[in-house]
Amino acid sequence: MHARADAAETVPNWPDDIFATLQRFDVRQVPYVPDAGHSKLIQRVLDSSTMRGIPLTTEEEGVALLAGAWAGGQRGVLLMQSSGVGNCINMLSLIPILRFPFLTLVTMRGEWGEFNPWQVPMGSTTQGVFELSGVQVLRASSAAEVPAVLEAAASQAYNALTPTAVLLSQRLIGAKVFTK
Amino acid sequence: MSKANLLDRRQVVSTLLANRKDVVAIGGLGASTNDMCAVGDHARNFYLWGGMGGAAMIGLGLALAQPKLPVLVITGDGEMLMGLGSLATIGLQKPSNLSIAVLDNEAYGETGGQTSHTSAAADLVGVARACGIKDSQSISTMAEVEAFAKAVHDVSAGPRFANVKIDSASQERILPTRDGTYILNRIRGDLGFQPI
Repeated sequence: MHARADAAETVPNWPDDIFATLQRFDVRQVPYVPDAGHSKLIQRVLDSSTMRGIPLTTEEEGVALLAGAWAGGQRGVLLMQSSGVGNCINMLSLIPILRFPFLTLVTMRGEWGEFNPWQVPMGSTTQGVFELSGVQVLRASSAAEVPAVLEAAASQAYNALTPTAVLLSQRLIGAKVFTK
Repeated sequence: MSKANLLDRRQVVSTLLANRKDVVAIGGLGASTNDMCAVGDHARNFYLWGGMGGAAMIGLGLALAQPKLPVLVITGDGEMLMGLGSLATIGLQKPSNLSIAVLDNEAYGETGGQTSHTSAAADLVGVARACGIKDSQSISTMAEVEAFAKAVHDVSAGPRFANVKIDSASQERILPTRDGTYILNRIRGDLGFQPI
């Protein structure tokens, strides 16, 4: 059995804020590798009539998918967990080369009360990997700042073609704990 | 050295694109992208010079965005092997307007001809079919290539996958433009999209 400490006691509303922003920016393709922190947003996407949720086998598929989507006139957003960022590295090279709008929302592990040491190495380098790859990083650490951060991120990604990652901090999501 | 009874890659690509009409074609990193240019540059050619393993997924994104447009991915066995998981992703989405043709010379031709997994063990047709792409076939004749090229235009019956056994002969290098933004925006412009 596992539960989430901190923010886990109630179903959070911030995924609804994210969904509303994505809808307003006419996001149509939503590739994802599932993460518990993204589960509510993924469900909203799968229930949506305007967005298509696309499960991936590995996160780099999503980067290439978004390039194709833009060639065909659609915007997308990639949902993943911090450990998936490492899987994307070479494919991130498509973004400056092709110059398509890139927005990714990353639920963080390996920080803020993490109990699993195996999450820490990639969680610790997630922001650095993005920045070395030319992707600007914004962070939301509390539910209250999610709407403004998402608005800024979507605006600069879609209007200014600034590759952008939003890190949804483990403090926001709630540290995962396993109990016997 | 080329073996007997294997198809010539340029002839295959030439036949795939001969009557292309509104097809958008994506060329995977390596000789496949060069072949597409060699048989004739086109505003709807998406040449890849990097992002190895991503060709099929670019095809999926495009196919989902433009469901009435035939989308054809032409790539090599090495590039397809690097993106094997994308066959599972495509098998799940089942875009009816997406076709994938793998030019399989069983080798990494660009890096010295080292043998690939398809030379001895990996069966890409079997993988594609097992991932849910029911219309998956192995092609060994030009008549089959012609039939596949025709089927590409049926945007209601895909996805479809073909593994085309080609010879490993090196061809004259005819290089497409390397300017990614030009390539992408040329396709968008031809599809009627304005710059941002």
